[in-house]
Amino acid sequence: MAVTVSLTDPYVAEFQSFAKASDATEPEWLRKLRSAAITSFEKTGFPTLKNEDWKHTNLAPVARTPFRFEPRAEPVRIPGDLIEAYTFGVLKCSQLVFVNGNFAPKLSYLRWLPEGVRVRSLQEILHFDPSALERELGKHAAFDKNPFTALNTAFLQDGAFVHVPRGRIVEEPIHLLYVSTSRDPAAVSYPRNLVVMEDESQATVIESYVGLDKGAYFTNAVTEIRLGNGALVDHYKIQRESEAAYHFSNTGVLQGRGSTMTSTSFNLGGGLVRNDTSALFSDQGGNLALNGLYLLHGAQHCDNHTFIDHATPNCTSLELFKGILDGRSRGIFYGKILVRKDAQKTNARQTDKNLLLSREAFADSTPGLEILADDVKCAHGSTVGQLDENAIFYLRSRGIDEEAARTLLTYAFAAEIINQVKVASMRIKLDQLVLSRLPGSDVIQEAL
Amino acid sequence: MALLEIRNLHARIANKDILRGIDITVKAGEVHAIMGPNGSGKTTLAQVLAGRPGYEVLSGEVLFEGKNLLAMKPEDRAREGIFMAFQYPVEIPGVGNAYFLKAAVNAVRKHRGLPELDAMEFLSLIEDKMKLLGLDDSYMKRGLNEGFSGGEKKRNEIFQMAVLEPRLAVLDETDSGLDIDALRVVANGVNSMRNKERGMLVITHYARLLHYIVPDYVHVLAGGRIVKSGGKELAEELEKTGYAGLGIEESPHAPTPAAVGH
Repeated sequence: MAVTVSLTDPYVAEFQSFAKASDATEPEWLRKLRSAAITSFEKTGFPTLKNEDWKHTNLAPVARTPFRFEPRAEPVRIPGDLIEAYTFGVLKCSQLVFVNGNFAPKLSYLRWLPEGVRVRSLQEILHFDPSALERELGKHAAFDKNPFTALNTAFLQDGAFVHVPRGRIVEEPIHLLYVSTSRDPAAVSYPRNLVVMEDESQATVIESYVGLDKGAYFTNAVTEIRLGNGALVDHYKIQRESEAAYHFSNTGVLQGRGSTMTSTSFNLGGGLVRNDTSALFSDQGGNLALNGLYLLHGAQHCDNHTFIDHATPNCTSLELFKGILDGRSRGIFYGKILVRKDAQKTNARQTDKNLLLSREAFADSTPGLEILADDVKCAHGSTVGQLDENAIFYLRSRGIDEEAARTLLTYAFAAEIINQVKVASMRIKLDQLVLSRLPGSDVIQEAL
Repeated sequence: MALLEIRNLHARIANKDILRGIDITVKAGEVHAIMGPNGSGKTTLAQVLAGRPGYEVLSGEVLFEGKNLLAMKPEDRAREGIFMAFQYPVEIPGVGNAYFLKAAVNAVRKHRGLPELDAMEFLSLIEDKMKLLGLDDSYMKRGLNEGFSGGEKKRNEIFQMAVLEPRLAVLDETDSGLDIDALRVVANGVNSMRNKERGMLVITHYARLLHYIVPDYVHVLAGGRIVKSGGKELAEELEKTGYAGLGIEESPHAPTPAAVGH
């Protein structure tokens, strides 16, 4: 008789010992949350390619690797200058740094924050003031359909907690920097961020995920963002993991009346990457701009899923994703916009454009609308193509060599997303990062 | 030595023979107009000179300052001093006008062994030329031809030409789609660049442009051959009689010169 070991077993076993160690100090609601999450994971397991939501992303390599989870490991010491490359130069910001998922206070600093604003490590809040989390944690990123979010919820123990009280405006960005080092055997971290914006508050939150070396590890991150009425958030996510790393993320957003969320993501690193973003308009007049760039080469695989739930009238969501795919890379976009029956006057647009730089690169783009209301303005579209030969010739006819012309046009394709970045020093950095990834970029950089 | 010598040039695109033996010699300081009805090969001639991929030269040769032009890549032709003003300039969102032009200027300067210009030097180079073509500062920040009107695109072509200072300018139907005011601005820009060293090939369907850019020589192109050459009076003659006066059949879809008005 063949004996098969369920791939979920090691996680469940790990959870039991993890929970045992945590039980004494944790409040009842958190224990229940964790337990519900691991039960959900046990039930769903790792999805196969037959699952519509996962049909382009083969999870076998993730599921088969016994990633080590060491929540209470001695923190890895990283010299400050090593993370300099992952900050934004002269940008004045508050910065929380996490090394392999654990808060690194020595690398972190807070700038002056308006009264009542909290920017803290989640671990600290879990320990000293868990009741501050009870009403929000686990409420905005559903784990019942996403086994990775379930694992994160079961094992969460550190990350960032940002709380901006009513009417407070945080002028300087808050940078959450997750650096990972490869370990042997490969390890997993579960970054968990919770951003709570009370009514009429404003902030800029930047999430960075970077690999300090070229080795393998697994980042399974979840970020929950709740915007109160009239709140405003500029959110950025920059993913520069090691190309041998797995990066799975889920960003769950809940938007109150008249709130405005702008979120722009950059996926440059990672070997196998899956990003889920979901937003729910819980009241009228919300605005969401969701932008993303995925720039892949080699054998990188990046799968972006977005789900926008227009549950209430008069909300606007504008979505623009762009992929630049070289080598044998695979870029996937799967978008869904649900306009519910009562969500009249919805304005929704969803666009995904892909540029293939090589014959072996692959893009799959599936935008989708499900409209149940009758008075709405909705559009979606996607393209997969190559560089415009007319444009290349035009540039060459002005003395720009062919390689530089191709680089320039590729850069221009990306610039539409980069230009969405409002923080100047970050935009410059992203410009350089994107350019440095393109062939022949030295010529272009000289001219910039 | 002539600036440009086209000898017995035969060319085709998509297996269709278009040019069937062209001979033109342009000396430094000369402006040559090439006139012809639609389908006569005007644009093919311009594209072959600029080196657009897809155009196949079957026989003949083109010498630019004695060098084999047809063996050069498009970017090398530009660096050697050939500029083509496109009939339909492309829009490239995301590449700023200023950025693009600075890259082009420096590519040409590098080729000529000149030091590359920094941002300040570049700005002072373009300042007067922007005024000449009536382009304001906001233009430089916009994407290359992005959202430009037809007139703005043509002005931008001539502006680029003014900045790049080519030895030979090829103007492909620069007058098409321009109203009379825009035509004056563009012609004024072109005329300001006429000098003893520079040659120009002005390709047009209509004599109208040649009222503003007065050529030294006029060649009439039909069926891929030069059927008549002369001085500027040839353009006037064509204006009166139309291509039919020379026994050339117009494509039925093309507007006649008279219909456009002056």
